[in-house]
Amino acid sequence: MVKSTSKEAHALFHSLRSAYAATPTNLKIIDLYVVFSVFTALIQVVYMAIVGSFPFNSFLSGVLSCIGTAVLAVCLRIQVNKENKEFKDLPPERAFADFVLCNLVLHLVIMNFLG
Amino acid sequence: MVGAGAKKTTNGGAEVVKSGSGFSTMLKLKLKLKTKQQELLLRVSILCLVYVLAFITRLFSVLRYESMIHEFDPYFNYRTTLYLTEKGFYEFWNWFDSDSWYPLGRIIGGTLYPGLMVTAAVIYWLLRLLSFAVHIREVCVLTAPFFASNTTIVAYFFGKEIWDSGAGLVAAALIAICPGYISRSVAGSYDNEGVAIFALLFTFYLFVKAVNTGSLAWALASAFGYFYMVSAWGGYVFIINLIPLYVLVLLVTGRYSMRLYVAYNSMYVVGMLLAMQIRFVGFQHVQSGEHMAAMGVFFLMQVFYMLDWVKYLLSDTKLFQAFLRITVTTALAVGAIALGLGTASGYISPWTGRFYSLLDPTYAKDHIPIIASVSEHQPTAWSSFMFDFHILLFLFPAGLYFCFKRLSDATIFIVMYGLTSMYFAGVMVRLILVATPAVCLISAIAVSATIKNLTLVARARNNNKVTHSGSLKGSTSSSKASSKASLDQSQPIQRNGAIALLLGAFYLLSKYATHCTWVTSEAYSSPSIVLAARGAHGNRVIFDDYREAYFWLRQNTPQDAKVMSWWDYGYQITAMGNRTVIVDNNTWNNTHIATVGRAMSSYEDEAYEIMRSLDVDYVLVVFGGVTGYSSDDINKFLWMVRIGGGVFPVIKEPDYLVNGEYRVDKGAAPKMLNCLMYKLSYYRFGELTTEYGKPPGYDRARGVEIGNKDIKLEYLEEAFTTSNWIVRIYKVKPPNNRW
Repeated sequence: MVKSTSKEAHALFHSLRSAYAATPTNLKIIDLYVVFSVFTALIQVVYMAIVGSFPFNSFLSGVLSCIGTAVLAVCLRIQVNKENKEFKDLPPERAFADFVLCNLVLHLVIMNFLG
Repeated sequence: MVGAGAKKTTNGGAEVVKSGSGFSTMLKLKLKLKTKQQELLLRVSILCLVYVLAFITRLFSVLRYESMIHEFDPYFNYRTTLYLTEKGFYEFWNWFDSDSWYPLGRIIGGTLYPGLMVTAAVIYWLLRLLSFAVHIREVCVLTAPFFASNTTIVAYFFGKEIWDSGAGLVAAALIAICPGYISRSVAGSYDNEGVAIFALLFTFYLFVKAVNTGSLAWALASAFGYFYMVSAWGGYVFIINLIPLYVLVLLVTGRYSMRLYVAYNSMYVVGMLLAMQIRFVGFQHVQSGEHMAAMGVFFLMQVFYMLDWVKYLLSDTKLFQAFLRITVTTALAVGAIALGLGTASGYISPWTGRFYSLLDPTYAKDHIPIIASVSEHQPTAWSSFMFDFHILLFLFPAGLYFCFKRLSDATIFIVMYGLTSMYFAGVMVRLILVATPAVCLISAIAVSATIKNLTLVARARNNNKVTHSGSLKGSTSSSKASSKASLDQSQPIQRNGAIALLLGAFYLLSKYATHCTWVTSEAYSSPSIVLAARGAHGNRVIFDDYREAYFWLRQNTPQDAKVMSWWDYGYQITAMGNRTVIVDNNTWNNTHIATVGRAMSSYEDEAYEIMRSLDVDYVLVVFGGVTGYSSDDINKFLWMVRIGGGVFPVIKEPDYLVNGEYRVDKGAAPKMLNCLMYKLSYYRFGELTTEYGKPPGYDRARGVEIGNKDIKLEYLEEAFTTSNWIVRIYKVKPPNNRW
């Protein structure tokens, strides 16, 4: 049972990796960015669990900054991905401009909230 | 007779159509417009008219009475706006108000929704900048009508987004005069709801737009709309629960799309962060149970997206199945553990009483008398649905039918908004307001779709006839033409039917317009601070007793005098009388209110102890026995007993009732006849003859002769009674000299 599961997981991992290798580079960069920001959020959560959440607004703004960045980057990835037929009419320049605008708002608010 | 009348209307209708077409040909000739431009011109002019109409139909109260603030809560909003314009935003934000909730005080900046005040102040500063010398009161009075006008524009765009521009126009026209909305947005009703309904609809519109386009910019805009809503009204909880519910429904029905992902997630993250900037809301988005649904759906979306992506990457379905199993189990387990831990550790606060009472209408009645006591929190009666919606009530199901016939992401949204808000409207009277935009939009779809179909039928024959004769002339009779001819046979009946139905629709709509105007002028334009009644000769009698009493307080009492009254009048006393009150309409401290309720329902000597402990200098009661004004303190008294008894068990409701019956005449309970409220209301009333042919001391509000005519006050003395006895003010005597 255990063996078969681990085998399955192995196969899964392999096929995922080979499928992912075909992704265009610009999407891969975005993916890296997303992974980085999720990782940063996780670090903050762990830190909060160890040290405590005292300036709660600071903790929230830190984590939300990371999560917000990640979510916005995923949205950008969706919009610039050529395989998504829903966004055929949206030029990548426009998508990037929206992304920058959202990030600007997000981080201005976070700067206000940081305390 | 009836037939002749109908015939006459038909003729009139035909004439109107003729003159209409004449007008359009004239337009064509004069301005040389294309059909598209003509349509645009018509649309813009209709919208302008609706915009103006929405504003002026709300001005009845200003014309009937004067430009003044209405009711209770608006006085607080007015007072804070005044403070904001005088002292500036910083002072306003950090305002600690010592004039209310004596001796506790209230942190105003941290316990209010500042959206309304800031909006009014910005309008005021803008007008000042343009050198219009307006008074802040005028701005406050006209804020609600102005935003109602803006709502019609939003309704137009929303209708256009979910159906077509015709439905948008109808929606704008319907919402402009819908009584359910007017009830909260007449001139002078300077309350949060006035701007909040605009914000609500605007947020929903922007969100639907974001879902339809999948654009980050629209999602950002809807986050800003949400921010404005959060800053304006506590009803934002409805948005933060409806939108996740909508997303969930789309997920379950298999309508998940990338557009939805973009719209919801970016709106949620940015909107949540923006909402946290409002101090009154603070961390609630991550801590209170009411907001957890949104967060849960947020994480669910991530899981869904992840799965979708992996599915796209994997070609092998079997592998994907395995992956799916693992992920879903882990996600569910993690979610359940997080929720359980959060709730158990008290990190996530449980749902509040108001929220419970929304889901379960009987909850407040059993558990929280202070919520149940507010008249606008009562369950809605059928008649008030009819009163507030009129024909929209049966157009609503028709509109739902059309929505289901043409399902899209947008129509699903409006259907869900309509159904949930209708449920809430049934639970609480005041939530009819939230349901109104949805009802108007869905009804507009029904009206627009029906009329469109009918006019198509009515006009089809003319076109057919033209083509038919044309084809005959050209002598190219094909099978198509012959089928048209057979269609023609049945068409006169169809056409007449369509015209009759059209006339019926116009009749109903004109009835709706009349009804709305009548309701606005008769029911919703009373400021409730100035009362009007019909005199014996049919003339209008104005009772301005409230303002008389508050003016007296302002002029004749020491600056630091503390006034005790039931909480309903707290805001008015601080705003108009400029005196400190013990409790007011911001019912944040139940114990404090219960103390006042206990004082009012105790004997005079016990009440005196309580009043001394609260430093009370004056007691204010509202009494309608002379004028027949029924919402006075004696009629509210049982709530004081209940709320007081909820905290202090010495007060027992049965002591004030006789066989479960509440009465003030000779058969009343002895405790009732001697409690402070009874004494203060009926002091010296036994000497007064109120109505011809009745004994002295006849209470006109309750229609009985009072039971205790010989009232002696030991610890209080009458200070002031207004000309119609509506407000009575008593001074609390200092303690007796011991020597």
